Amino acid sequence: MQENNNVNFNSTSYRDPAAAWTVKKGIKDAFPVFLGYAAVAFSLGITAGSAGFTAFQGFLMSLTSVSSSGEYAGVLLYSENAGYLSLAIMILISNMRYILMSCAFSQRFAPDATLLQRLIIGFGLTDEIFGLGIMTPGYLKPSYMYAAICTAVPGWAIGTYIGVIAGDILPEILSQSLNVAIFGMFLAIIIPPGKKDKHVLFAVLVSFASSLLGTVLPVISSFSSGTRVMILTLIIASVIAVLFPVEEV
Amino acid sequence: MKQNAYLYIFIMFAVTYAIRVLPVTLLRKQITNRFVKSFLYYVPYVTLALMTFPAIAQSTSNTAFGTAAFAVGILLAWFHGNLFVCEIGCCLVVLILNLIF
Repeated sequence: MQENNNVNFNSTSYRDPAAAWTVKKGIKDAFPVFLGYAAVAFSLGITAGSAGFTAFQGFLMSLTSVSSSGEYAGVLLYSENAGYLSLAIMILISNMRYILMSCAFSQRFAPDATLLQRLIIGFGLTDEIFGLGIMTPGYLKPSYMYAAICTAVPGWAIGTYIGVIAGDILPEILSQSLNVAIFGMFLAIIIPPGKKDKHVLFAVLVSFASSLLGTVLPVISSFSSGTRVMILTLIIASVIAVLFPVEEV
Repeated sequence: MKQNAYLYIFIMFAVTYAIRVLPVTLLRKQITNRFVKSFLYYVPYVTLALMTFPAIAQSTSNTAFGTAAFAVGILLAWFHGNLFVCEIGCCLVVLILNLIF
């Protein structure tokens, strides 16, 4: 990844490796992400609707947050009527992984990238857009990133909007079935990496078991589920980080 | 009293955006502390796992339906790994069980 940054920009055969990464290419590359987002956000919308959000509120939430786990956590807390401080802490914890991603992404900005460029591109830093961005050879090309973000993010917001409406008008049996879609999505995110990294699998299994125990054990079961998730995340991730630290690179 | 939805949405945005944008604007460095790196690496898996189970069982009218969807979802994720297959698989399990029982 680092070598790409050292490409000789003055060579006539390969002047600017990012030159081909235009607005047009950004739209084209991000279009499948638009469709995928719309489909996935649909299940988030169903959940948001049952927590009491209107379609417009779901749309606004997805347009501004663009984060599946963070938004789900927010929706969960909203349904429990949790306070604003708990909400802020919970969002911080559930989105903490973006700190790592953002640090990695910061290495791909051209040294002369402006603050405004960083502020705009940082907004769209989701897993998928991060994936598109790091495919760019050399430094990030702002116009490509803007196009990709403007193409992909509306899919997320529109999908949520449609999901809230669908949850309202679909018969109970269908909306209840669609309610579990978001959990299917979470499983598809956390289980496959466990095949490659046994420590991740261990972390996931310990979390399932602790979460179940947390609903029955005294004291901890009296907390709201949002608070339980926060406390257990901090404990389990810390213990596993001490037991199985990631390899130094 | 019900919390204000718009204030909720604003706080979600503000915290999420701060997390995403502060490292690319201010830090511009890799995290070197091994514990912090490891902690941040495990956090998403732990949080998502905690939010998935037993919530999936509690989200259906009969907890057994949600538990079945959970088991099927894990198997599909392990052997297939595709996001849509997992989502649709879980939904179908609940739908079919609801139709049968």
